[in-house]
Amino acid sequence: MINSKGMVAQLLGQDPGWVIALKGLLIFIFCVVLTIMAVWGERRIVARMQMRLGPNRVGIFGIIQGLADGVKLALKEDLIPKTADKIVFIIAPIISATTCFMAFAVIPLTGEVSFFGHKTVMQLTDLPVGVLYVLAIASVGVYGIVLAGWSSGSTYPLLGGLRSSAQVISYEVAMALSLVAVFIYAGSMSTSDIVVAQDRWWYAVILFPSFAIYCISMVGETNRAPFDLAEAEGELVGGFHTEYSSLKFALFFLAEYINILAVSSLATTLFLGGYRAFPGLGFTETWLGGWFTLFWFFAKVLIFFFVFVWLRGTLPRLRYDQFMQFGWKTLIPVSLAWILIVSTLRVMSDQGAPQYLIFGFAFAVVLIYLVISNYSDNAKAKLATDYKNFTPENPEFPIPISNRTEQVIQIRDEAKK
Amino acid sequence: MIRTALEVGMTKSPEAILFWVLAPLSVLAAIGMLLVKKAVHSALLLAWVMISLAIFYIAQEALFLGIVQIVVYTGAVMMLFLFILMLVGVDSADSLLENIKYLRPIAVTAAIGIGGLLVSLIGRATISHNAYGLSIANQNGNVQGLAQLLFTKYVWAFEVISALLITAALGAMVLAHSNKVRSKFSQRDLSAARFRGKKLAEAAGLPGPGVYALHNAVDVPARLPDGSAAATSISRVLEARGDVLESKQFELQQSEDESSDK
Repeated sequence: MINSKGMVAQLLGQDPGWVIALKGLLIFIFCVVLTIMAVWGERRIVARMQMRLGPNRVGIFGIIQGLADGVKLALKEDLIPKTADKIVFIIAPIISATTCFMAFAVIPLTGEVSFFGHKTVMQLTDLPVGVLYVLAIASVGVYGIVLAGWSSGSTYPLLGGLRSSAQVISYEVAMALSLVAVFIYAGSMSTSDIVVAQDRWWYAVILFPSFAIYCISMVGETNRAPFDLAEAEGELVGGFHTEYSSLKFALFFLAEYINILAVSSLATTLFLGGYRAFPGLGFTETWLGGWFTLFWFFAKVLIFFFVFVWLRGTLPRLRYDQFMQFGWKTLIPVSLAWILIVSTLRVMSDQGAPQYLIFGFAFAVVLIYLVISNYSDNAKAKLATDYKNFTPENPEFPIPISNRTEQVIQIRDEAKK
Repeated sequence: MIRTALEVGMTKSPEAILFWVLAPLSVLAAIGMLLVKKAVHSALLLAWVMISLAIFYIAQEALFLGIVQIVVYTGAVMMLFLFILMLVGVDSADSLLENIKYLRPIAVTAAIGIGGLLVSLIGRATISHNAYGLSIANQNGNVQGLAQLLFTKYVWAFEVISALLITAALGAMVLAHSNKVRSKFSQRDLSAARFRGKKLAEAAGLPGPGVYALHNAVDVPARLPDGSAAATSISRVLEARGDVLESKQFELQQSEDESSDK
């Protein structure tokens, strides 16, 4: 059993080369197979939500539909537009597809198991800054999308690429901030230590605001509905991948699904106790010589995946400005305030503050929140009335007003009377 | 002298392989960054230089520094990328014209100055100082050691720098901000304006391009019931760019007997 921090790092330090190589290979194969299954699963689930059957012809329940589609996609003609920047056009999908696998290197998939007679854990490596490493990899991965958009040499992909870069810059901030509370409570940035630190309470429970912020920003980070503004097929045809076909398109496809699995795995590890069993089922962790923990890990990841599909089946796409506004004006300030609260509480309990002080602090926070929300509601109401009563007759400085604007203003004012 | 320098530079084999593979690549990328014509390529090569530097840091056991280098600099290069797209243009190449007088001498002086500063700083930090070694510096863990230095000994410098950055960001926002002089038109306002406007025919919105025309492209005007081209069906932007075909040629040719009826 792994029950103390740093134990995983020690175990992994004893891995011989062949174990490391084999683990890497297994993670790769696993990701690819899971992607193919995920595509099929998503289509089936979405179909059910839309009162359809979904793919059910190829294999039992259509289970190898994903494989068939993959083969078909790979055999299509590969086009490179004349106006494309060739080198970047080819590099972009490669960046996307290689970086998405790398995040899995630090995700602990199981507890201690025997791997062909060798005692180890199913985790490629354990870094003391593992979670930051995942963030770094994710931010490199976005280059694939942005470069694809730029290099295609056409308008829709460029818009998609720009949207995606703005999206990532703003949502990665919120994502990183949401993880700070976890670091403070776990006292570590290593994924395996964070799992160990959650043996009593999942952080999804005690750090619920962080969990909620992470869940929202992870959907933004992976470009999935309702935040799929970078590909927005209704507005931008296909966004960044409009000009891509055949294997290059398949690489983007692969990257999208592996990214979903990667952020879901990270959420599982950081907030849902990773490979540990659900509460009350701790005895199952020793089944099959510890390999049963893999089941728990994937059960949690698949729950996240189902929610991703559910969101896609339910919600319409956000408007771009609302999306940005939500990120900068809601998510980031909320997570900053939450970090302040968490760190204050942490320092209080570390310094052995008496209970009444901690409760007093919590009470004060709630009180301040109520006052601020009341104040902001009033301010919003005032702003709304100000807008209504605003007249453009006497602006502070001369402004160009087109005929059309004047006409609309005039008609609006007449309608008011 | 050279021998000692070489001995200092010697490392264990895997790290040495990493170094000799990555170092030439990153130097090439750094030189390429200055020489390539397209600004975006330049930004890309810069990103590569930053990532390979990060890998060097990690190889030297400065794990935190390496990862933070990637997080910060990839974000920064992304911003640069956006600036290029917004300010320089999507596809522009560098112009080789010198707009500023005495640009070259100024650039050379600045380069020599920065080089001298760097050399003197590194010299002051290394010559006649005994290095502690990683084992002492990382006694309580790499991240913890860094945090302790940042939040105790260097907390003032750290805060000053963050204040500087925030001021810069706010300054940029203030400069780029423009006040709204009127409220936005709501859908209701626009709809009312359409119905009370001069032409009731436009109440349902402007006609789309290419409707009932010979072609259904965006640059082909729609046709009205009498066969004439509807000029309003084409985007004004396209018209201003000169991307629109002459609408005359799409008008219906009246046949002989139709005109004789009149």
